[in-house]
Amino acid sequence: MTEADWQPTATLEVLRLRARMLQRLRAFFLERDVLEVETPVLSAAATPDPALASLSTRYTGPLFPAGQAFYLQTSPEFPMKRLLAAGSGSIYQLCKVFRDGEAGRLHNPEFTMLEWYRVDFDHHQLMTEVESLVRHCIDDHVPLVKSEKLTYQEVFQRHLQLDPHTATAQEFAAVAHRHRIHPPADLFAHHDVAIWRDLLLTHVIEPHLGQGRLTFLHDFPASQASLARVRPGQPPLAERFELYWQGVELANGFHELADPAEQRIRFERQQHVRIASGLPVQPLDERLLAALTAGLPDCSGVALGFDRLVLLASGARQLDEVMAFPWTRA
Amino acid sequence: MATYSTNEFKAGLKVMIDGYPGAIVENEFVKPGKGQAFNRVKIRNLKTGRIIERTFKSGDTIEAADVMDVEMQYLYSDGEFWHFMNPQSFEQMAADKDAVSDNAKWLKEQDVCILTLFNGVPITVMPPNTVTLKVVETDPGLKGDTSGGGGKPATLETGAVVRVPLFVQIGETIKVNTRTGEYLSRA
Repeated sequence: MTEADWQPTATLEVLRLRARMLQRLRAFFLERDVLEVETPVLSAAATPDPALASLSTRYTGPLFPAGQAFYLQTSPEFPMKRLLAAGSGSIYQLCKVFRDGEAGRLHNPEFTMLEWYRVDFDHHQLMTEVESLVRHCIDDHVPLVKSEKLTYQEVFQRHLQLDPHTATAQEFAAVAHRHRIHPPADLFAHHDVAIWRDLLLTHVIEPHLGQGRLTFLHDFPASQASLARVRPGQPPLAERFELYWQGVELANGFHELADPAEQRIRFERQQHVRIASGLPVQPLDERLLAALTAGLPDCSGVALGFDRLVLLASGARQLDEVMAFPWTRA
Repeated sequence: MATYSTNEFKAGLKVMIDGYPGAIVENEFVKPGKGQAFNRVKIRNLKTGRIIERTFKSGDTIEAADVMDVEMQYLYSDGEFWHFMNPQSFEQMAADKDAVSDNAKWLKEQDVCILTLFNGVPITVMPPNTVTLKVVETDPGLKGDTSGGGGKPATLETGAVVRVPLFVQIGETIKVNTRTGEYLSRA
């Protein structure tokens, strides 16, 4: 620690912009009659998604005299879906979320997420609303040309001349080599092409996305559906989208999976991947599964990294510049 | 064998890459919200100075390079090796042509250099940022010129050739920046 460590890393000017953006967000949802909600940050359950690592803490006291592990949310998705199943109608939440192992220029282990759900919206309607929200929120602070929607297949074909749905690991490897990417040797033994797609998307494609505009990427491979509905077809496609601006991934949305049996199968599949990868098996959110069984209305939901939105609106290069105190000064 | 995990990566960390020692220059954490995390790393080959890019899966490990920098005084060259001495322990060490390379022309007896040792053997020799050397050869130049504009080549006692202002004469000592090869001032 140095003596200047007590000081914020964001300028007061950026903190004022941040506050204005929060006000505009809330005004946006008030106008559209979307209810602001709050749900617990600590949960007895954790996401089994192998790509997400939950931080945990321990409660000791009444009800748990011997102590009990609680997990810090990686997103407020599960409790918000329980509200939707309870008939809340469209809802939004601004909250802190936590992810173990994620730190860097565009990652802070604790960050502010804006998450919202729209009843009776499909993911295309929600993409339209995401665009309106971003434009409203940045208030022409940064000029944007017309937004674009591209499918996952289109961006791979445009930038890599490759079909992400049919390419083999060898073909992905050849393209990576052509783009002077040197992945770890054990990747070549990987039969799961998802990791190759992630490699090429992050290293080659992302920098092209959302330059001077908002780019929505949609129709993901079914294996990367996460909590999105999968539309049958050849190939089956996940009704999932991501928003990019200036090459930065800003939001991730789903036409939400509502089938409790399918949800349980996906959770269990993720637990198996965890076991195979030596990751801890997580306590499943049975309350979410019960809520889905009771009935989730047809809805779409999206999570947007608020700090990254401030970063792009202010022209900053790293998250430290838009957070009063990043985790290294927490 | 010592190893580092990607979580230990930071600028300056010495690692083995393709069988050669390197120093991490830049480390970027890259992760899609719902996917595999990577560390995208730029590494400088300590021997050649070339920067190479590598991608690791976050959590992977990489072999550490047994590399250290030591300050040593330059003694003399026997034509094949350049000999150095640790001024504290008086321990001596010889660097070969590969290690000294182009920096040979800046080496002056008793100057303190930084030697990078890999497994105990010098792989690079860095002379001081600024060295003071005598001019042994240069044209007489014009009288009264003090601006230094234009300049002329001058050969120094170590064999290095640098551009100097016209007023600099044979027998004078000058200061030179070894990183840029530029004349700084009269000594």
